[in-house]
Amino acid sequence: MTLTDVQVKDIAIRANDIRQTIVAMLAEAKSGHTAGSLDMADIFATLYVHVLKHDPKNPEWSERDWLILSNGHVAPVQYAAMAHAGYFPVEECMTLRSFGSRLQGHPERALLPGVETTSGPLGSGLSQAAGVALALRIDGKQNRVFCAVSDGEYEEGNTWEAMMCAAKYKLNNLTAIMDRNLIQIDGSTEDVMPLESLVDKCRAFNWHVIEIDGHDIRQIAAACDEANTVVDKPTMILARTIPGKGIRSIEGEYRWHGKSPNEDEATVFLEELRVARASIV
Amino acid sequence: MIHPDAHIAPNLFDKPDKAATRAGFGSGVVEAGKADQRVVVLTADLTESTCADAFAKTFPERFVQVGVAEQNLATVAAGMAHAGKIPFATSYAAFNPGRNWEQIRTTIGINNVPVVICGMHAGLMTGPDGATHQALEDIALMRAIPHMTVISPCDAIEAHKATLAAAKLGSPVYLRFGRDNMPTMTTSETPFSVGKANVLWCGEQSQAVIFSTGAITYHALLAARELENEGIAVTVANIHTIKPLDEATVSRLAEEAGAVVTLEDHQVIGGLGGAIAECLARTTPTPMEFLGAQNRFGQSGTPTELYEEYGLDVEHIKAAVKRAIARKSNR
Repeated sequence: MTLTDVQVKDIAIRANDIRQTIVAMLAEAKSGHTAGSLDMADIFATLYVHVLKHDPKNPEWSERDWLILSNGHVAPVQYAAMAHAGYFPVEECMTLRSFGSRLQGHPERALLPGVETTSGPLGSGLSQAAGVALALRIDGKQNRVFCAVSDGEYEEGNTWEAMMCAAKYKLNNLTAIMDRNLIQIDGSTEDVMPLESLVDKCRAFNWHVIEIDGHDIRQIAAACDEANTVVDKPTMILARTIPGKGIRSIEGEYRWHGKSPNEDEATVFLEELRVARASIV
Repeated sequence: MIHPDAHIAPNLFDKPDKAATRAGFGSGVVEAGKADQRVVVLTADLTESTCADAFAKTFPERFVQVGVAEQNLATVAAGMAHAGKIPFATSYAAFNPGRNWEQIRTTIGINNVPVVICGMHAGLMTGPDGATHQALEDIALMRAIPHMTVISPCDAIEAHKATLAAAKLGSPVYLRFGRDNMPTMTTSETPFSVGKANVLWCGEQSQAVIFSTGAITYHALLAARELENEGIAVTVANIHTIKPLDEATVSRLAEEAGAVVTLEDHQVIGGLGGAIAECLARTTPTPMEFLGAQNRFGQSGTPTELYEEYGLDVEHIKAAVKRAIARKSNR
C-alpha cells in the first residue's frame, strides 16, 4: 500500500527522533556503535511505525511479526525504535550499557521483552530467523519474519548456510533487510573482504532480491510490501545506506563504526538533528 | 555386588544384550515426538548415523535437514525454540558442539531456550575414523556454558530415558551418545532422574568408588567384579548427569570410600574427572585417579585397542583403584 505524504512525514519525524535518542544514549554510555545505528534509523522507523504487526504492550503477542536483529552491535537503533514505539520509556535508553540495565551492550532476549534474540556475534541471526520462519510454517501461521543483517556479516560462513537453508525451504515468510553501508571495523568492506556483487550472490542463492535506497521511506515500505507477494522464495532487501546518516560530518566515515560521540560532539550532532527535524515537511 | 535398587540387567555378565546409545536416542525421540508435538528434529546430513531416521519417517513435517552446516544446525534450532518448538539438533559431537560452540553459547545458552544438542559418535569408541572424529572435549565445552545440562547415558535404555527427560526440561541440554553396540547394563526398572547419580555396584565397606560416565561404565563393573574376587570392595556410580552434578551423592560416596577413580571416554581435562574434582575439592578432598584421554588426541583403531592404549580397559581400571587406595593409606 503506497504511503501518503502524511505517513511519510510521520515516519521521517520518527526516524529523526530515533537518531536523536541514538546520539544521546551513545554519548551517555561513552561507548557503542554510532555509524550503523544511525544509518538503520529510517528502516527501523518504517518497520515499527508502518510495516510490523506488533503490540508494544504485548511483545509476545502470538500474531506478531518478528523482527530479528542479527548485527547486534547496532542495538541502539533497535532500543530507540522500540522506546519511541512504546515498548518502554525513552528515558530508559539512557541506561544503555550500564550495570543492571535491560539495555545490554548487545541485545539480550531474556532481558528485554520485544528483543527476539540475543545477538552480537555476527552471522547467526539469519539462521535463527529461518528457524522462526520454519516453526511458524509448521504451525500454519501467517506471521512475517524480518531479519536485519549487516553487509559485514556476509563474510561469515553461517550467513551463507542460512541463505541456502531459507531458499531450500522456500521461506517466503522471511524477509532479510541488509544494511549495505560498505563499512566494517577495519575499513571498507571491499578492501577488507570484497563482497560484490551481493545482488548476484543473493540471486544465485535463490533469493528474491530488491535493491533500495535505505533512506527512502517510500522505497523501504514498498520493498516490504513486494516481499509479501513473493510465493516461493525468501526476500533480500538490499538497502544501500550511508553510515552515520543524518550527521553530515561523520557520514561515510568508517571510523565511526565502533565509537561513540563525546559530550561536545553529541551537542553539535543533536543540534544538527533538531534543525533537520524542523525542516521535515 | 550389584546394587539391589539399580535393577541391573540379569544377564549383565553373561552375554549381555548390546545396543548403541544413539539407538536409544532414536527410539526415545520418536516417543518424545508422539508425546509432544512441539518436538522437532534437525540433522546435518547424518540422518541415519544419528538415528534420527525413525523420527524423520514418523514426523516428516517436523524434521529439518540443514545439510553439512553445523553452525546453521544450532542456530536454526535456536530460532525454532524461540517460536515455541523443542528442537533436537543432531550431528557428530566433533562438530556439534565441536564446530558450532559459539552459536550454541550465544543463541541457545544466553537465550536459555530448550534446544537439545545431540552429539553422536563421541569418544574413542568412534574407532577407525581416527582423531578428527573422536570427540574427546565435548563434555568440557558444554559443561562451561551456563544454563546447560550435560547428560552422558551409559547404555541404550538410559539414552532412551535421557532423551525423554531432555524434552521436558525446558532449558538447554547436551546429550552425548556413542556409536558402537555396547552392553546394556540397565533395565526399564533402573531409576533415572536428571541430576541424580546411580549406584550400580556397591561393596561392603568399599575401599574406593569409581565414578564413571557413558558406555565405558561397563568396564568399571567388570573391574569391580574382579576386584571383589580379589578381596577389594569398590562402589561404582554411574554419573549420567555431569551437570548439574549430584554433589551430595558424590561427596558421600567419596567420604565413605576415601579413594576415588574417575572413568570417561573423554579428556581428563574438563570432563567428568574435572567435575568430580571441582566438587570434592570443596566438599571432601579425597585421593583421586583420573582415567580418560590424558591430554592426547585419539587415533584409528578398534575401540578395544584404543581403550587399552588410552588406559580405559579393565586392567587399567583395577590398577587405578589400587593406586587410589594406596594413596589413601599413605596419607
